[in-house]
Amino acid sequence: MSMPKFGCSPVHGGRGPRSGGGGVPPLAGEITPKAGKGAGLALALAALAFTATAHAAETPNLGKPISPADIAPWDITIMPDGTGLPAGSGTPKQGEPIFQAKCSACHGENGKGGIAAPVTPFAAKATLDGGKTIANFWPYATTIFDFVRRAMPYNAPHSLKDDEVYALTAYLLNLNRLIGDNDVMNKDTLPKVKMPNRDNFIIRFPERI
Amino acid sequence: MKAPAQEPEFVAGNGLLHRRALLGQGILLAGATATGLGASLNGAAAEPLKEGPWSMKVGSIIPPYQTPSRFEAHVVRTQDNPDGLPRNSRARTPHHLLKGIITPNGLHFTICHGGVPDIDPAQHRLVIHGLVKRPLMWTVEDLERYPMTSRIGFVECGGNSAPLFSNEPLQENVQALHGLSSCSEWTGVPLSVLLDEAGIDPRAKWMIAEGADSPRLSRSVPVAKGLDDAMIALYQNGERIQPGQGYPMRLWLPGYEGNMNVKFVRRIKLTEEPAMSYYESRTYSQILPNGKAYRFYFLQEVKSFITSPSHGMHLKEPGIYEITGVAYSGTGRIRKVLVSADGGQSWGEAALQDPVLPKAFTRFRMAWKWNGGAATLQSRAFDESGTFQPARADFVRLRGQTTKPPAVTDFPSQHFNAITSWGVDAKGAVKHVYA
Repeated sequence: MSMPKFGCSPVHGGRGPRSGGGGVPPLAGEITPKAGKGAGLALALAALAFTATAHAAETPNLGKPISPADIAPWDITIMPDGTGLPAGSGTPKQGEPIFQAKCSACHGENGKGGIAAPVTPFAAKATLDGGKTIANFWPYATTIFDFVRRAMPYNAPHSLKDDEVYALTAYLLNLNRLIGDNDVMNKDTLPKVKMPNRDNFIIRFPERI
Repeated sequence: MKAPAQEPEFVAGNGLLHRRALLGQGILLAGATATGLGASLNGAAAEPLKEGPWSMKVGSIIPPYQTPSRFEAHVVRTQDNPDGLPRNSRARTPHHLLKGIITPNGLHFTICHGGVPDIDPAQHRLVIHGLVKRPLMWTVEDLERYPMTSRIGFVECGGNSAPLFSNEPLQENVQALHGLSSCSEWTGVPLSVLLDEAGIDPRAKWMIAEGADSPRLSRSVPVAKGLDDAMIALYQNGERIQPGQGYPMRLWLPGYEGNMNVKFVRRIKLTEEPAMSYYESRTYSQILPNGKAYRFYFLQEVKSFITSPSHGMHLKEPGIYEITGVAYSGTGRIRKVLVSADGGQSWGEAALQDPVLPKAFTRFRMAWKWNGGAATLQSRAFDESGTFQPARADFVRLRGQTTKPPAVTDFPSQHFNAITSWGVDAKGAVKHVYA
């Protein structure tokens, strides 16, 4: 038997379109497939779901209605456009002592790393040898707020007040030289922080979205 | 009486035998015995039989929940954070010690980003909200009333096999290299049923799934997948899913990156846009050599690896061996698996063990006559969608590799699905090599 030949895509063998070459900034608003196939498919699937209602009578329909107000304690997702950000604010100077008190045990003095990853701009660029930093990789500043509030500190997650989360987010952004020493982070300013690597991503399988 | 075959039927170089040799038809192996292939090479006769002490006394009381024999105590997962340091922790499946397609529940790989939560199922809730007509909440008891479906399928971490991004082959076994992939029968409620009950707003393109664990792990999943084959899984191989697999329920997305299969799932919010959570915008975005990065990879593409013989094993003597491993693909059934014993110069088609199921482990087997010389064993899987595993050199040319060997527990990148090679030396020692 001879050596098999590659199919249409030597490495991934994938079928269908790939987002070619990159270069198109995948801003949040552009991730949604434009018109065409993706949107049509989603609509078709949604239509299917509604069509299926006729058959769904065979399920017990035991879901209990719940109001947005009752879901609110769990509804903590922050979107890239800032949707979900709470009231409150914080500055890098306010964040620094909180970081030293609640974060540095794992992330190191001044965020230089320890048991947990450094949070400084410790590498100019990310490679397969490592070096993803907030400054060189994270595409949205809102993700910092979302993740710190939901998951940090590791041993006391979701314990920080919103003002503390804003202050820590400001401290990290300032540490990464993305905002000034006196910039205030709140629900209006945070989504506007320019993240240098934002336009550097390629959607791997756009046809699956 | 049929005359024994004089020569085994070779299908590829360096001793690979036709898969008929494994199909129980006795054609080859009967002949092999007659020609000395299957006989002990040293010709020593077996010892006289004697009674073991276990045959001379009554055995132990049958336990309520059976666990493996004490002689199998070595068949365990490896822990990369056994002391519970404040970081994520992983346990890897010992593929080299398993032979089927179903991973025993206690050996299924686990990754937790905030430890394993101790969730009271009576207090667990699942909410679907956002762009729906009716936000709804279910208890575990509610979901137990729904018609369920069962399906065998794999779950694989997007970072499984990441050590093969190393520029040099790390001298580690199949558990360390590929242990973040496992396969189970999952039983639960199709997510489409619950989405339908809530009523999807046609504007919804994404669902943000969130767990009840301490980091409230969160991932954005296309609604299209939710309406396709997604499941709220409550059972794993017939019993309630393990705490490390998301007890009391997990989102299961057949064929999709493990981290998206949110464990302890408690909330699914339908949105127009993805959330760009930590895990999708940072951790599971893969850096490419040109400095850009992939986002929303989703798919676990076609892969296979030989589980035996594999790194760390030792072939005792020349003779017949079974080369076996697992193959799977996020885009369908395995169509065929080719095996090479000469580093890819020639290939023979392996036997596929039934059942061959879409997005599930498929066990492959190949008979091999090791002649005592050097060999390089490889497997290459093809799936029904037409995709197949690339050679490692071709893969890293596009996806990159490290400039120095990383720790085996590091993740230089993700979604490595190229060929794995095991080198056999003249003494029978098996090592991880690049070929």
